[in-house]
Amino acid sequence: MPVQQRTYEVMYIVRPDLPEEETDRVISTVESNATTAGITVKNVERMGKRRLAYKVRKFQDGLYVLLTVEGPGSALAELERRLRVTEPVIKYISVRIDEEQKRLAKVKKIRDSKVRQRPQTAAGSEPAPATA
Amino acid sequence: MADEEKKEVTTSAEAPAAAPAAPAAPSAPASPGPRPYGRGPGGPGGRRPGGPGGRPGGRGEGGPRKFFRRKKVCKFCVEKIDSINYKDVRLLGQFVAERGKIVPRRLTGVCTPHQRRLTAAIKQARNIALLPFAARY
Repeated sequence: MPVQQRTYEVMYIVRPDLPEEETDRVISTVESNATTAGITVKNVERMGKRRLAYKVRKFQDGLYVLLTVEGPGSALAELERRLRVTEPVIKYISVRIDEEQKRLAKVKKIRDSKVRQRPQTAAGSEPAPATA
Repeated sequence: MADEEKKEVTTSAEAPAAAPAAPAAPSAPASPGPRPYGRGPGGPGGRRPGGPGGRPGGRGEGGPRKFFRRKKVCKFCVEKIDSINYKDVRLLGQFVAERGKIVPRRLTGVCTPHQRRLTAAIKQARNIALLPFAARY
């Protein structure tokens, strides 16, 4: 059986007191870490500086970065290990999202089919009062 | 004169006689006295099987005393919010109490499957410091 390719979301927080170019470097190293671990990075989104809900390593705010990645679980474990080692990253969380995406697609499909049915019935009923 | 005095006496005697009668009258409807108390927990709670909804009808006194409580509905079902994501702090924040606790279903009216996903999302959000575990006091 081939290795399962799964979609994950990895959100991590970079410490806020670094200079701009330093944070850029951290983000790009995380990205390259991911690719060397055997993960394909689909999207990198900087969510900007945010206030933390509680103090983390004595920081009151942090720079949130969101990665959307695809790869096997073992590679993700490796990425997590590297994130833990990376000093400027103060917190991270990885969430598997493929199941959720599948579910959402299913719900959307059902909803779309319902919507398509309804206008038909509405179109059928509408002309009747118009003629009457 | 004496007659008048007598009258006064009788009236005064009648007054206390009437007085106990007066409290007696409210006490009869007050037999559902525990009801407002009983409603207390029901108040935030909302629907309970055979709870506040059934009681006023059973007592046969509906009308003016009955106050209308809107039936709670699941926000996620009504607004057709499909995804409950840990990143959506504004949405999750509505279901977190001041001190950072997750608000129970009985208060918010969220349906069971949605509450399950909501709790999971809130816990994820807490882990990445988007929501507090416990608000600082």
